[in-house]
Amino acid sequence: MKRDEELVLMKGAHVLGEAAIRAGCRYYFGYPITPQNEVPEYMSQRLPEVGGTFLQSESELAAINMVIGASMAGGRVMTSSSSPGISLMQEGLSYIAGQELSVVVSDMIRGGPGLGNVAPSQSDYFQATRGGGHGDYRQIVLAPASIQELADLTYEAFDLADRYRMAVMILGDGMVSQMMEPVRLPVMRDLNDLPKKDWILDGAEGRPSRIVRSLYLDLGVLEEHNWKLVRKYEIVEREEVRYEHFMTDDANMLVVAFGTAARIAKGAVKRARREGLNVGLFRPITLWPFPKDELRELSRRIHNILVFEFNAGQMAEDVQAAVCDQAEVISYARPGGTVPTAQEVARVIAGQYYQREIQ
Amino acid sequence: MKKVFTKTPVLKPVPFHYCPGCGHSIAHRLVAEVIDEMGMRGKAIGIPPAGCAVLAYNYFDIDMGEAPHGRGTAVATGIKRVLPDRLVFSYQGDGDVAAIGTAETFHSANRGECITCIFINNGVYGMTGGQMAPTTMVGQPTTTSPGGRDPKFHGHTLKFTEILAQLPGTAYAVRTAVHKPAAIRKAKAAIRKAFEVQMAGLGFSVVEILSPCPTNWKMTPVQAIKWIDKQVTKEFPIGVFKDLSAEKSHAD
Ligand SMILES: Cc1ncc(C[n+]2csc(CCOP(=O)(O)OP(=O)(O)O)c2C)c(N)n1
Ligand code: SF4
Repeated sequence: MKRDEELVLMKGAHVLGEAAIRAGCRYYFGYPITPQNEVPEYMSQRLPEVGGTFLQSESELAAINMVIGASMAGGRVMTSSSSPGISLMQEGLSYIAGQELSVVVSDMIRGGPGLGNVAPSQSDYFQATRGGGHGDYRQIVLAPASIQELADLTYEAFDLADRYRMAVMILGDGMVSQMMEPVRLPVMRDLNDLPKKDWILDGAEGRPSRIVRSLYLDLGVLEEHNWKLVRKYEIVEREEVRYEHFMTDDANMLVVAFGTAARIAKGAVKRARREGLNVGLFRPITLWPFPKDELRELSRRIHNILVFEFNAGQMAEDVQAAVCDQAEVISYARPGGTVPTAQEVARVIAGQYYQREIQ
Repeated sequence: MKKVFTKTPVLKPVPFHYCPGCGHSIAHRLVAEVIDEMGMRGKAIGIPPAGCAVLAYNYFDIDMGEAPHGRGTAVATGIKRVLPDRLVFSYQGDGDVAAIGTAETFHSANRGECITCIFINNGVYGMTGGQMAPTTMVGQPTTTSPGGRDPKFHGHTLKFTEILAQLPGTAYAVRTAVHKPAAIRKAKAAIRKAFEVQMAGLGFSVVEILSPCPTNWKMTPVQAIKWIDKQVTKEFPIGVFKDLSAEKSHAD
């Protein structure tokens, strides 16, 4: 990925918008919701400057269906929201999976359930990674932990959506969208270089007419369609898993965390290291596909695993499933929009570390 | 020999699955003929509903994309914003347009989205077996209002096209019917007008079509068209509620 030379100081929500535009996104449909109102605001100003279209919809339900239409018509399109709005989009995300449309959605999670609060949270891990809509489907979920990574993953998300014809979700929280950090933005894509699509609806001039649908009434045909999707998802699981290791080489205890929680965990791991504890951090960057093989490999030599997340222990289930009974998996879970400090996390790490040593 | 009647090439050579006497078949044909006559086969993009017309893409020989129940005008909005020079229309039932999709239809109209909504009003939910629709008439029995619609209990019959006509973004709003030849000819002219209004960039257009559903009305096809003539058109008057193209040509 080519980036600008210049380092600029920008807010996460603006970086999300700018990186999308630089990736060739020219259509944005969305409805305001905290903590990411700056995304629609940025897009409303910036998209017209590059000949794109911004539309504030009457609801997230309408927004995701406008996204469906724009994707059918071949546009690079995105929407953004936060938890309650993403809940409203679930019907559309299910159709996007069935119709195999290329779509990018960002979800800056806030505390739930219900209206909850607007603090950073990871309580929609299940909704994002399992697919909150109906049917047997998957979506790619990318979890940035810094503003630079937010820029890079947003930029890449559009290519992934086009390559696999599925929804790609950028999963963050209020910290990611509100924080300012220096960033090198990826360079502006030439729209002429974007991949040509032979499935879009743009009028059947001089060619047979096309249909985009998810309905397959005939016996067995829907099953075949589902198996086709499964085969596609298997390729994604093989090709697109991303993760970061931090001081795991000599570790005898592992912290697993994603997004903002991983950032805090990294600080905690550094503290623990200063105190002589051999602790490492493993950070899944793709939450689906989940880096289960890599975790399983790690658990062959590290038998003490602490999963730290801003929810009641959702990813911990995936970690447990990945390592089976090769390691003890302890969940350090903080739901309700609570963001513990690195110091607090370091204390929990130390407690868990010494407990194992004593045993 | 002179050929005076032929099938429009915008319909594929596939038999309709609709019940005998169903208005969807006529409405499909009218839309297809207008697309053909306007020379727009290669530029038209249609959005079928969830409803009896869900398989419309099997019949129209144009690009078509499925919308979730009620979201036709939102999907059409997305398409039109990417391809502003195409002819984009949704084809929807009364439940689709005026119950589950009320907000999307209303706001698409209010934004003056240059799309056309073909709105089939048959007074019931055809596809799911004849339940009450927002358009079900007072006293009319359905499978979910077995004693007949009682406004005190079930709410009132909704005349949505009249409401859409009041929105500044709506350029053309009309109610037609397909229960007799003269009405069918007018319905076709209205569809053409709606498409022209769209392509002229004047705003949102809606063509409501009073349409028989003999199956769920528990009538023969002939009884159903008589019912439209005697009862339905009394409650739902046929006519043009708004036509900005007419006002424009007056001003010219
Ligand atoms: C979200 C959702 N709710 C319910 C349905 C079931 N459903 C499909 S079509 C329909 C009503 C169809 O009635 P109408 O829109 O009037 O069209 P018609 O079949 O009469 O032409 C319903 C309730 C659905 N497909 N999706
Ligand atoms: S149920 Fe009614 S609307 Fe549906 S195909 Fe039959 S007659 Fe037509």
